[in-house]
Amino acid sequence: MEAETQAHDDDKPAAHGNGDDHGDAGETSTDGGDTELHGLLAEFETPGALIAAARKVKNAGYTEFDCYSPFPVHGIDDAMGIKRTKLPLVVFGGGLAGLCGGLLLQWWMNAYNWPWNVSGKPTWSLPANIPIAYETTILLSVLTTFFGMWAANKLPQVWHPFFRLDRFAKVTDDGMFIGIEASDQRFELEQTKQLLVAAGATHVEECHTDARPEARSVPRAIYGVMIVLTVAALIPFALAFKARASKSSDPHWHVFSDMDFQPKAKSDQPFAEFADGRANRGEIVGTIARGNLRADDAYYRGLRDGQWITELPAAFKVDADKLNRGQERYNVYCAPCHGFDGAGHGIVPERVALRGGAWEARNLVSSDSVVIKMPNGQLFNTISNGFNTMMGYAAQVPVDDRWAILLYVRALQRGQNATQAELPAGAQVR
Amino acid sequence: MASASEAHADDHGHGAENARETFRGITHDVTKVNLTPIGRWWYPAFGISLLLLGMLVVAVTHLFRTGIGIWGNNNIQGWAWDITNFVFWVGIGHAGTLISAVLYLFRQDWRTSINRSAEAMTIFAVACAGIFPILHTGRPWFAWWMIPHPNDMGMWPQFRSPLMWDVFAISTYATTSILFWYMGMVPDLATLRDKSKDKVRQVVYGLLSLGWRGSARQWHRYERAYLILAALSTPLVLSVHSVVSFDFATSQNPGWHTTILPPYFVAGAIFSGFAMVMTLMLPLRHVLGLKHIITQDHIHAMCKVTVATGTIVGGAYAIELFTAWYSGNLYEWFTFRNRILGPYAWAYFIMVSCNVIAPQFFWVKKFRSNLVFVWILCAFINVGMWFERFVIIVSSLARQALPGAWGYFEPTKWDFMTLAGSFGLFGTLFLLFVRFAPVVAMAEVKAVSPAAHAGKDDH
Ligand code: HEC
Repeated sequence: MEAETQAHDDDKPAAHGNGDDHGDAGETSTDGGDTELHGLLAEFETPGALIAAARKVKNAGYTEFDCYSPFPVHGIDDAMGIKRTKLPLVVFGGGLAGLCGGLLLQWWMNAYNWPWNVSGKPTWSLPANIPIAYETTILLSVLTTFFGMWAANKLPQVWHPFFRLDRFAKVTDDGMFIGIEASDQRFELEQTKQLLVAAGATHVEECHTDARPEARSVPRAIYGVMIVLTVAALIPFALAFKARASKSSDPHWHVFSDMDFQPKAKSDQPFAEFADGRANRGEIVGTIARGNLRADDAYYRGLRDGQWITELPAAFKVDADKLNRGQERYNVYCAPCHGFDGAGHGIVPERVALRGGAWEARNLVSSDSVVIKMPNGQLFNTISNGFNTMMGYAAQVPVDDRWAILLYVRALQRGQNATQAELPAGAQVR
Repeated sequence: MASASEAHADDHGHGAENARETFRGITHDVTKVNLTPIGRWWYPAFGISLLLLGMLVVAVTHLFRTGIGIWGNNNIQGWAWDITNFVFWVGIGHAGTLISAVLYLFRQDWRTSINRSAEAMTIFAVACAGIFPILHTGRPWFAWWMIPHPNDMGMWPQFRSPLMWDVFAISTYATTSILFWYMGMVPDLATLRDKSKDKVRQVVYGLLSLGWRGSARQWHRYERAYLILAALSTPLVLSVHSVVSFDFATSQNPGWHTTILPPYFVAGAIFSGFAMVMTLMLPLRHVLGLKHIITQDHIHAMCKVTVATGTIVGGAYAIELFTAWYSGNLYEWFTFRNRILGPYAWAYFIMVSCNVIAPQFFWVKKFRSNLVFVWILCAFINVGMWFERFVIIVSSLARQALPGAWGYFEPTKWDFMTLAGSFGLFGTLFLLFVRFAPVVAMAEVKAVSPAAHAGKDDH
């Protein structure tokens, strides 16, 4: 195979002065400037030739060299003496981490930090946790493989000195190359060139890189873009932070309505969907809701034929429990004003007096009190609807409890106005 | 296919120029798709896809604003087209992984002509699949709660639910497929970088190809990584559709609660995927002028896989039916009788004729060689596999144990729009892929071509 060496003498950096100033990094390595030899690039015709040449280069003792081809050439690893990659080992580690991590995650979250009770089954039941552990094992292995491979290959590296050679563009098409770097111990320009030609190269070329520091540093415009992008990326966070730190009376944004706004009626609110514009629906004329008839005048209103009843209503069954209930309710609802004994010296009037005012609660028990003579119906009505400055308790106290309180008031009256003769033996006052 | 050693013998005297000619030819034929103006067919195809995609956007926006009541789903039919579409699309994806990973492990060199586009199909199909379970949750904006993360409610996902297994399986599958696909594409993106004439393409392909320079030391690690990814994808792809089938199999519902479901689903997935690969590839090789790269031999091979898996699926239908009868279980047997004789009988027979009968033509070479016929059969299989999922999901739910809760699923126009829209999403992504990415794995095709052994004489 005939070979031509196209490395011109005038390519050598020595042939140029340093005065040449290009505004830009040169497109090719051969147009002068302050350049530095990176290495030699030799082209070969076939995969077979590439393998044979690689073996020769290796046997000549070179280490800083590499072969380049559009597809993996099988047999080249052996010829170049490439050692088997340790990637599988790393991936094994990643997979193990995925397995343990997946199990730990599930155990910690479902069995330890917040034990889930599912139909009383044990909180940690391995078979049900296998599928996810299986997937995390694969996921971590895949991520380790992918990123591990690129890291080991030192990629991404968007620029490489050989990219300066037009010919090298063929490496992703049909070209096979060997590149020997000048940093190799055995590198000797002419001698190495000879070796490559002898190994069957059809073309050998020198590769120079620009040595000027400004050509090697990142252009300012790129820094500018990076700074702008970084600042722009912070804007959403800044806005979120501002929103958290400040107060606003505006309702928050409803990106998703979450059924927050519905055409539904709320009690005692205006409601446009009904003709009368109110949410509340009154009773339908001529009807009464179930259980709301309250036809028993005596029980519900203390009346019979428009007169206050004097006895207790038939619907109210008297027993000791009722009396106790009445005492308890009285002490809650009436004692603050009327006192525990019913004499009208509760804590509220006393407190009013202390402040220099006067608000007498009626004495319910003295023998001359109106209350003693009052028919049961009227007393019940007073408890239900109030009297003058005393408010009614119908809203707080159910009907039966009101009768129970009445019972107790009667008991207090009876107890405090008893004659000696009425007292049980031994309890008389001497 | 000629094995490597035969090819070597053939090409003992393969001329150097001949070999380079082959490589250049492959580069040229594939890169011209991206670097020269694309055929006029592309624009209407892309326009229609965009239109359908727009329909999806409308349907999903309406869904977000209103809720899943816009679909035909209801209390009885909790799952219907949403999950049917999900399983359908995930299944399609499986052929891509099978071609790229499983056939790689089995050293089936013919895969190199179709693996790239099949992998792209996988990724886009998984993207389509992924939207459905999220949409069907009702309040999809809380879908991120499925990702375990510390939160002020102190709650964690329930990892023993098959629906959570799904989350992990599908997301692992999507991640793996994307990484595998991208990694395989890097050397070809470098080819596009070096072949591009304009600055924009050079920069974009340059960044995407990460500075790949075809170094033997890099190829060495790259090939190892490729092998490992293939070895990892193989168990993964089997697990994904098994996990999808667990969504059904672990429930107590007659018609779902069977152990045959995982292998049955996996076979069905591969079956539907190969049909979809052919549905896409047959027109594509024609319009892109890749008939000498995706050859008739490759189509024969794909048809054979399709008839094999289709027959497995047919067997699964039969066993399922037999088991339901043999079990003596009243409810099982009722469910299956209902599938065949009940209100959804029409769907059952579409499924059986498309999935079991249609592929049987592929036994005959004459039919496999008539590409229009192959394409039509593949279209039928696509329809049939959609109906398979429909039958399993909808007919089982429509007749559960309480006759009072029996119903009949009626899709709404939104159901139709969402399904058609998902095809729009798929079409848009796939057409963009065809336009801008290397559709054939050039480096791999070169590596398995006889020319790759040119000039080797000693081993
Ligand atoms: C907030 C204090 C207060 C409470 C509590 C209270 N009262 Fe009174 N009560 C009064 C005052 C004050 C009067 C006198 C009203 C007046 O004459 O203006 C009164 C009057 C009465 C009278 C006489 C009505 C009349 O016709 O003269 C009765 C009977 C009575 N209360 C019963 C009760 C009972 C039973 C309770 C418990 C359910 C109760 N009160 C709770 C303040 C209270």
